[in-house]
Amino acid sequence: MNTTTTALCLSLAMLAAPATAREVTITAAMKPYAGDGAYLALYLTDAQGAYQGTLWVAGPKTKYWKHLSDWYRATGGAPAGIDAITGASVGAGRTLTVSVDLAEALLDAGYQIRLDSAVEEVADRPAEVVAPLTTAGKGQPVAGKGFVRSLQYDF
Amino acid sequence: MRRLHSVAGLVFGLVLALLAGTGAILSLDPALERLDARPGGGTVAALAAAVAANHPDVERLERRANGVFVASFATPAGYETVSVDPATGADLKPWAASATLRWIRGLHRSLLLGDAGRAVAGLGAGAMAVLGLSGLALLAAMLGGWRRLGRRVCAGGAGRWHALLGRAALAGLTVSALTGIWMSLASFGLIQDGSAAEPAFPEVAAGAAPAPVGTLAALRLLPVGQLRRLTWPAAGDPADVFGLQTATGAGYVDQATGALLNWQDHAAAARLWEWAYALHTGQGLWWLGLLLGASALAVPVLAGTGGWIWWKRRAARPRIAGTTAMARAGIVILVGSQDGATWGFAATLARALLAQGQPVHLGAMNRAGPMPAARALILLTSTHGDGDPPASAARFLDRLDRMTPVPVAVLGFGDRSFPAFCGFAETVSARLARAGWPALLPLARIDRQSSRDFARWGEDLGRALDLPLALRHRSATPRSVPLQLAARQDFGADIGAPSAVLRFAAPDGAALPRFRAGDLLGVMAPGAEAPRFYSLASGRRDGFAEIAVRRMPGGLCSGYLHGLQPGDRVQAFVRANPGFRAAGGSVPVILVAAGCGVGPMVGILRHLRPGRRSVLYFGIRDPGSDFLYRHETDAMLADGRLGRRVMAFSRGGTPRHVQDRLRENAEELARQIQAGGQVLICGSTAMARGVAAAFAEILRPLDLTVAGLRAEGRYLEDVY
Repeated sequence: MNTTTTALCLSLAMLAAPATAREVTITAAMKPYAGDGAYLALYLTDAQGAYQGTLWVAGPKTKYWKHLSDWYRATGGAPAGIDAITGASVGAGRTLTVSVDLAEALLDAGYQIRLDSAVEEVADRPAEVVAPLTTAGKGQPVAGKGFVRSLQYDF
Repeated sequence: MRRLHSVAGLVFGLVLALLAGTGAILSLDPALERLDARPGGGTVAALAAAVAANHPDVERLERRANGVFVASFATPAGYETVSVDPATGADLKPWAASATLRWIRGLHRSLLLGDAGRAVAGLGAGAMAVLGLSGLALLAAMLGGWRRLGRRVCAGGAGRWHALLGRAALAGLTVSALTGIWMSLASFGLIQDGSAAEPAFPEVAAGAAPAPVGTLAALRLLPVGQLRRLTWPAAGDPADVFGLQTATGAGYVDQATGALLNWQDHAAAARLWEWAYALHTGQGLWWLGLLLGASALAVPVLAGTGGWIWWKRRAARPRIAGTTAMARAGIVILVGSQDGATWGFAATLARALLAQGQPVHLGAMNRAGPMPAARALILLTSTHGDGDPPASAARFLDRLDRMTPVPVAVLGFGDRSFPAFCGFAETVSARLARAGWPALLPLARIDRQSSRDFARWGEDLGRALDLPLALRHRSATPRSVPLQLAARQDFGADIGAPSAVLRFAAPDGAALPRFRAGDLLGVMAPGAEAPRFYSLASGRRDGFAEIAVRRMPGGLCSGYLHGLQPGDRVQAFVRANPGFRAAGGSVPVILVAAGCGVGPMVGILRHLRPGRRSVLYFGIRDPGSDFLYRHETDAMLADGRLGRRVMAFSRGGTPRHVQDRLRENAEELARQIQAGGQVLICGSTAMARGVAAAFAEILRPLDLTVAGLRAEGRYLEDVY
């Protein structure tokens, strides 16, 4: 169990209403794949996949972040304030847990939590998990198509 | 230089052994992967189309460094990778990076300790570079100069292995070290690896229908050998593009038009980094990988032998109770020593002076300084390489100018068979004389640690200092083993030159010590103070230890040996004589001996490869009396182990010495020397002088000298 818990406030230009924020806990469980620690990017997009903001980046070396390719393309690799929301890479069979404060208005409004992953010398998995951010989806595991066994969020 | 080498070796020895051991294992990977590579002459478009036909969900096609093509695709069961045939696109076998190799790679890169371990590995690469360069300088000093680096190594035991292996592995280890430093600096971001310069993701107009991958223009002219990686656009995303990396650059391909977008050639930094990576890992250069891996195998041995040499040298430095600080000592003894033997003689001298109640200081020549109370300075020094100072005297001459002259005695230690015998002692002596230091004694020289010469010099020194000095030095002798005389053959008694070939065996089924023909057997006669050394005429694998001994008038040890009867036992030990061995390869071997000196020659001939060109010049007195090894050399001539035997008889109608025979055969000898021939000489000092004079004449028309051949290890003497 690899638990990283950080409270943060995602301030989006359109929806900056922290007064009505909700703490959301996102859990990503890794498969027992053969390879080094995975780099992961957790981020928020709209229904069309357009990037809205970064929730968490796992993996210390920024020069490998380009392998988190969808997220990297959308952000240029260094969105503002990224330092506070990065951590260690996540090994095979481990679980990453992140807590974020999200504006109430983001729920059931067509937004998605996405996860890109990359493992050195194995594969890059852009948009490995796409989970609509809805009240109904709360606590429902979404299977990944690469290194992630499942991702779920609770609030 | 030596200190730098020692410190770096001691601090990083274990880390380097680990890095090199794991590196050697990893070096096999490119060659093994290479075995799975298939030839493919088509285009990336055709291959991508064939793979996509087999795997509609293909996401990535990659050409690995060693030419194996790997396709990655999603299946309902998960994510899969297979190797594919680049000619047909057909699946070959499931592909996965080996977990074991990955673990070993982690150990190699970071000792499994994250960034801290990564830093240690990087410092290890730096230490390896320092060790390589300082080792090269030390080797050059040992062999007598930079131009003589290829010369044969005349050292024994661990030092020999350290020098030989270090020289053999130097190039490979230097490449590994320098590229390792480069990769370490890049991994810490201290130098650019070019990864920052990536082409921007292109904006494409969504709407047009994707074209089949096999029709895309940008891929249709690209040979598969140029491909590094092709990534497919996300299914159903018309705004996405193919990602393309080739040997020369990176960019994107429009999935509808096939146009190449935002192409960027690799930056210089990226190309440099790729070269460093390929040179370090052998990925893409499998044969180089194997060479580097073989070099890396030397590192654990170098670490072990290096540690052993350091410890032996440390242990050789004597600790003597009762010595005085330099500033208060009446007699200052300073030592220049490479491997510690000279320290033993200095300790004997210091003890003898202490026993006379003298205030004595004993130290290294490098520590020379003011000695206000000294009435005498005594310098004992060996010579390193071609007249260079040994390790503990390298800085002595620089310190001399700051010292006040006192009466001084210089004693040189060396080996007369080397061109620069006591060369450094001579340099020191001359410098002292020029600087006006009064000589307590004239310069004296000790050949091959002769304790008799040392005792004689001690008497001179005692007279000069007005002290009764008796220097009984016994070099540290290895533990002796009992040997039993198995057989003896006697020669020359009737002509007044009694000689015997004595063959010893290990008694009671014990094992013989390790030795080769030409090594020395040390025999301690009862009542003798020091061992006497005899050249061995056999190797251990002959199953016996054989020596040929001339009975010297009044000789304690030769008399003792001549009195032995089969079944009698002696105590003996072996001393390696690595400077007296036949060269490998197929160059002609010219063996020159007189009297009992023929022993090691016969021993060498016993072990020469059959058919090797060899000639034995052998001088004796009378063919009817002292023709040692007559029957054995007859047999060698008959079966081809000996090419030619040229005898010289010093008695009878027309007396001849070996040097006369050498002159008579000058043309043939000149041809053999020009063919790279090696000369080995064994016998008395007087004979060796005559032989050297003859060879000087033979070599002159070839523009060669005896000293030059000596320096190349092609003129070896074992004289007594």
